[in-house]
Amino acid sequence: MRLFRGSGSDTTTAEQAPPKLARRSSGLGELSRQWETAENLCILDLGSTSPGNIRYFTGRGHRIYSEDLLTASTDPDLMAQDELGVSALDSRKFLADNLVYPAAQFDVILCWNLPDYLDEGLVKPVVGRLWSVLKPGGMLLAFFHTRDAGPDSPCYRFHITDEDTLEMQPILLNRQGGRSAMGAVRSSVESFQLQRVFNNRHIENLFRDFASIKFFLARDNIREVLVVR
Amino acid sequence: MSSAAAPATGLAQIGKSVVIKGELSGSEDLYLDGQVEGSISPKGVVVQGKLEGNVQASERVELRKSAIVTGDIAAQRISIEEGAFLKGKVDTNRTEGK
Repeated sequence: MRLFRGSGSDTTTAEQAPPKLARRSSGLGELSRQWETAENLCILDLGSTSPGNIRYFTGRGHRIYSEDLLTASTDPDLMAQDELGVSALDSRKFLADNLVYPAAQFDVILCWNLPDYLDEGLVKPVVGRLWSVLKPGGMLLAFFHTRDAGPDSPCYRFHITDEDTLEMQPILLNRQGGRSAMGAVRSSVESFQLQRVFNNRHIENLFRDFASIKFFLARDNIREVLVVR
Repeated sequence: MSSAAAPATGLAQIGKSVVIKGELSGSEDLYLDGQVEGSISPKGVVVQGKLEGNVQASERVELRKSAIVTGDIAAQRISIEEGAFLKGKVDTNRTEGK
C-alpha cells in the first residue's frame, strides 16, 4: 500500500501565509447540502486551524471543533519502542490525547487529506476513532491522492469559500526558530510529505465499518471520498 | 508587549512573562499575552499568548496570530487571525461554556 514515505517530524504551521489556490470540490458540494439545510450541526475540522472555516460554520449557526491532527502527530512524546526495539508512534497515546469526544458527537467530519500524510501507524486507529465519534448517518469527507500525483505533492490546508469551492493553501513547516503548537522552535521552512497512495480497494477497506462510500474523481489527481456512518 | 498591540487602559492585562494556573473571571476585557492554564470568563478577551482552558466570554473573543488555544470558546463574536492555533470547539450561538 505504501508508495511514498517522508520524514515529517518536528512540525508547525507557517508564520507567513503562502498563496491560496481555488478548487472546486464535488464532495464538498454534496456535503454542503447537509449544513445548508440542517440547523445547529456539530462539525469537526481536522485540518490546520482555519479562521475561514470557523467563520463559515459559525456564521451558519453550527458548532465547529478544530483539531489539527497532523501537527499533533509530530509530538516527540508520541515516539515509543515496540517489543523489537523499533521506534514507532504510539497510537494509543495519540488517541488518549487527541480526538477525545463522546461517541456519536459529530454530524460532519472534515478529514481533508489527513490519511495521505498521517503516519502509517496512526491511520487505522484514527479512522476507527472517527467512526465512533461520528453520528450514525453522519458524513465524513476525505481526499486521497492518486498515484499520478507524485511523491512531492504538497500538503494543503483547506478553507471553505463557497458550497462547492475551496481555497487550498500549502502548509509550510518551520523546523527551527519560531513556534509550534507544542512550543517547538524552528526556522527553516519545510512541509509534510505524502506518506503513501491508497488505491480504491485500500480506501474501501479503510472505511469498511462505515455504511456507504462514494468516490469523486477530480482533475487534479485527487479522489474525493464521502463516507456515511 | 508592543504599544501597538497592547490595550491602552481599562483592561486587565496578562503580560508575556506571566503564567497563571487557575480560573479567571471578570466583567471587563482581558488581554492575554502570557500563559494561562485554566478557564477564563471575561467580558471580552484578546489572546496573543497561550491558553489551556475554556473561554466563556460574554462578548468578543479575538485570537491573534501568535495565539495557542487548547480549549472550547463560547462567545457572541469571535475573530481568529491567520496563524492562530486552536484545538477545541467554537460556539457563537450561546455564551455558556462546554
